Amino acid sequence: METKIYDSIIIGAGPAGLTAGIYLSRAKQTVLIIDSGMAGGQIALTHEVANYPGFESISGYMLSMTMKKQAEKFGCEIKTNTKIKDYNIAGEIKEICINNGDCFKAKTIILATGGKSRKIGAKGEDTFAGRGISYCATCDGDFFQDREIIVVGGGNSALEEAVSLTKYASKVTIVHQFKEWQGFQRAIDEMEANPKIDYILESKIIEFIGDQSLEKVIIENQKTKERFEKKIDGVFIFIGYVPNTEKIEGLVELNKWKEIIVNNNYETNISGVFAAGDSIVKRYRQITTAVADGTNAALNVIEYLNK
Amino acid sequence: MTLQTNLQHLTSEADVKKLIEENENVMICCGRMGPMCVPVYDIMEDLEKSGKYDNVKFADMLFDHPEAAIIRNAPECRGFMGLPFTMYYKNGKIVKATSSIQNLDQIIDILDSEFGK
Ligand SMILES: Cc1cc2nc3c(=O)[nH]c(=O)nc-3n(C[C@H](O)[C@H](O)[C@H](O)COP(=O)(O)OP(=O)(O)OC[C@H]3O[C@@H](n4cnc5c(N)ncnc54)[C@H](O)[C@@H]3O)c2cc1C
Repeated sequence: METKIYDSIIIGAGPAGLTAGIYLSRAKQTVLIIDSGMAGGQIALTHEVANYPGFESISGYMLSMTMKKQAEKFGCEIKTNTKIKDYNIAGEIKEICINNGDCFKAKTIILATGGKSRKIGAKGEDTFAGRGISYCATCDGDFFQDREIIVVGGGNSALEEAVSLTKYASKVTIVHQFKEWQGFQRAIDEMEANPKIDYILESKIIEFIGDQSLEKVIIENQKTKERFEKKIDGVFIFIGYVPNTEKIEGLVELNKWKEIIVNNNYETNISGVFAAGDSIVKRYRQITTAVADGTNAALNVIEYLNK
Repeated sequence: MTLQTNLQHLTSEADVKKLIEENENVMICCGRMGPMCVPVYDIMEDLEKSGKYDNVKFADMLFDHPEAAIIRNAPECRGFMGLPFTMYYKNGKIVKATSSIQNLDQIIDILDSEFGK
């Protein structure tokens, strides 16, 4: 039996991958999308999206499911919760093998692997995840009613979430590693005006300590290296993003921040391998920019296939 | 009051007791339709569909349902401060419980170690 060769295999079913799938399958190209998690990517991890044109407000979950349905309707095959074992993408025909041993061939690949929340990397962080440490204020805020918490980070997300967490917490202390805030002035002003918020600058949490749940943290001043212990009920971490490129490192060219380098046609240094979305080198990471990248990558793939 | 998933929904303490009494291996995810919970339901749906874990019954329960207290107040959930609470029962007893989002590898590890392949 002859093996099917897809026109394109898309790795990652976030907004970039699903959009590329919609454009390609609508243009009658055969497409397989593989995701190691659920369809939707980071938007499935978003409570509410209010800046995606066409929807005044929509839950991230609903937006994910709608995009997935749309891609399937045009003929995309989608495999979720599927781990990729081998990437053979250097040749003219690419091959992707998944954990159960099945392999799939394609003429092109689109890498749309997005990114994930950055962890602090301090001792005890994994132990107390869900036991006092959280990466989602809207999910876990209500566990901290009248409790004292720390928010880690100094960008817009950290500043905005610190303000929103004052709905529950009796006191919020922001711990930020730099002297200056990284957020917009509007977010800084709102945070400064909130009487429940306090902050510690130029400092990092270096250890999480507790028994059944988090009880205290050790904070280190970055300048003086002085350390002190702080009793705390919860810590919310919003320190940005890392690209999901560890599995493709060495296969395509990455920059020093491990983001995929693409040319104006969204093609990587490997012929027939394209990339789109949060995992590529770019300044703004939003749903609108990811779907735009997905569109551009797909249209360039079609041109490549027609050559 | 149920979650919008394709899993079996449990809506009372009696439902939970019946499921764990009638089945040797049970996984129940107790959460909301929130960002940390939805990926766990999605993994459970895919595992159920795959047929590879026919030895396990998968179900969900709305965290805010009053009768979900049977899960919320379980001693194994002491110290939990992140949704969802995911419970693994063998022969009617809790053998493992996790708090907050878990990925496919973490869930498979627990299913394989607690319930066998
Ligand atoms: C909490 C939060 C809230 C946000 N809110 C907003 C908002 O309100 N508005 C807005 O515009 N943007 C928002 N963003 C940003 C937005 O979600 C991202 O910019 C967008 O999702 C990027 O899309 P993507 O397809 O490039 O990547 P992602 O959404 O990250 O999707 C990538 C997908 O690839 C999969 N993947 C990764 N590696 C592999 C691999 N090796 N094999 C297989 N699959 C893999 C992942 O599982 C994931 O599903 C938010 C982000 C977060 C985290």
